[in-house]
Amino acid sequence: MEEQLLQQIVNGLLIGFMYSLIAIGLTLIWGVMNIVNFAHGDMLMIGMFTSFWLFTLYGVDPLFSIPVCFVLLFVMGTLIYRFIVSKVMKGPMLAQVVVTFGVSIFLSNLAVYFWTPDFRLLPPTMLDGTWEIGDIILSIPKVVASIGSVIVSLCIFFYLKKTKTGKAILATEMDRESALLMGINTDRINSLSFGIGSALVGAAGGFLSTYYYIYPQVGGLFGTISFCVVALGGFGSIEGAFIAGILVGLTQTLGGYFFDPSYKYAIVFGIYLITIWIRPQGLLGW
Amino acid sequence: MNHLTKRQKIAAVVTLVLALAFPLVFTDTFPIHVLILVYMFGVLGMGWNIMGGYAGMFSFGQAAFFGIGAYTSSFLLMNFGVNPWIGLVVGGITAALVAAAIGYPCSNLRGHYFAIASIAFAEIVRVVFNNWKLVGAAEGLSLPMLDESFANFMFHSSKLPYYYIILAFLLIAIATCYFVATSKMGYYFRAIKESHEVAEVLGVNVVRYRLIAIMIAGFLSAMAGTFYAQYILYIDPESVMLLPISVQVVLISMLGGAGAVIGPVIGAAVLIPIAEYTRITLGHQGTGVDMLIYGFLIMLISMYQPAGVWGLLSSIGKKVK
Repeated sequence: MEEQLLQQIVNGLLIGFMYSLIAIGLTLIWGVMNIVNFAHGDMLMIGMFTSFWLFTLYGVDPLFSIPVCFVLLFVMGTLIYRFIVSKVMKGPMLAQVVVTFGVSIFLSNLAVYFWTPDFRLLPPTMLDGTWEIGDIILSIPKVVASIGSVIVSLCIFFYLKKTKTGKAILATEMDRESALLMGINTDRINSLSFGIGSALVGAAGGFLSTYYYIYPQVGGLFGTISFCVVALGGFGSIEGAFIAGILVGLTQTLGGYFFDPSYKYAIVFGIYLITIWIRPQGLLGW
Repeated sequence: MNHLTKRQKIAAVVTLVLALAFPLVFTDTFPIHVLILVYMFGVLGMGWNIMGGYAGMFSFGQAAFFGIGAYTSSFLLMNFGVNPWIGLVVGGITAALVAAAIGYPCSNLRGHYFAIASIAFAEIVRVVFNNWKLVGAAEGLSLPMLDESFANFMFHSSKLPYYYIILAFLLIAIATCYFVATSKMGYYFRAIKESHEVAEVLGVNVVRYRLIAIMIAGFLSAMAGTFYAQYILYIDPESVMLLPISVQVVLISMLGGAGAVIGPVIGAAVLIPIAEYTRITLGHQGTGVDMLIYGFLIMLISMYQPAGVWGLLSSIGKKVK
């Protein structure tokens, strides 16, 4: 009983770090532009398929595909900002809300059209197997993916806090007008943040593809969860997203353990609704 | 919102006569089926229009209300033999109450935040119904066959009665929306949409009027849900609660013109035939082509014509004058 509980906690942490990385990308875009990228989950899906096809067609180990996913999604994010999102930034609220929703539906169904709605799974990477510590079983791909996610999250954290461009992004997030007055090219910052946010979710897709099912609608679930993570952590807060990702991962596995596994996502969404009711600004928001 | 001009009145009467006469001229089942769907989504779109187009609550969760309506009346009919017409009213009230229960904690949420909350809410409802043994869980409910009659809300030999019933529902929905738009409430809604703070300063009870809007929307959507259950005679969470239904509702309202009374009807009349036609010509369901087109249309409309077809028509109309 106790071992099982411990096992669930470990599982929660492992998936939680994944959620953190996905949510950091989303919260960055959200914080800088006040736009919710509803296509975020579908970008994750594109990352996963990139890794899938690189392996299937060229035999590239998914671990080496992760940088490719990162770069590819950076380019894609920048293009989506340039040609779609930037066009509605001055439009009515409704247009801002639904435009990325359109992108989301478009991407996921494009994937259905080309690659069928089937579920796919990559064969084990070069790092495979399990570790057993006491009674707890750790799947190595999950551990690798989680550690990788934490490393990427830390890198982006230091990039934002230490480099000049990173500080410009954070400044724009705090106050767009003042940032503009300080000589920051906020349009470039928008485009850059959209690119980085997408690149992060691309990397997450690369990690996730090493052990999770790959299918066109995978983004729906992860996208919705990442909205909850971002809301829980506080809109635009990187640290908040990181902590909330872990909390949501734990909620999901422990909720499944104490109640019924089929309700685990409903519990996550329920927690989200309660959070925005009691504390709309999230845990670390202001 | 001004009242109808003479030209608009004539147009409305002509359209109504055409709609009434249509099944007498075209007797094939397919066009009638398509129009039934057009009207049904028109009703759903009207509900969305009141809460989204007027009161500014952009919901991506209308399928939850639709599903609650369909499930309530079907469940009551199967287990207690309750007449579907009573089930329709009970379903509508249930959906309105659920809408109020979820709308209250969300009463401070705007724009994107409300949209996400609506997705989370609809997802919870779907998961619950998918696992709830009492309502058939993932297997859904098959409605019992009743004798064909208006009182039983069930017809087997012809689609015509369904056609006229859903047309009547649509007229009720349009009348509701028109009443809302032209009454004081409509002004309150639009004030809330522009700014909560300003509306509050002007003395509008923001929380109360948002709740009213969301409850009306819940009731109308549930009506469409009961109709769907009585028309198809089989429901499951996959067919009445999935996100694509919610998306279609938003798209219809936006395409026609959100915040214009007749917007959703125009949107449904344009979109549903296209969707049904592509589904038939470009292959069976599941290839995603219809959704692909929806996604593309949503992007185009938001970028170039956020006021929808109605906005386009009225700007042309102004130039002509």
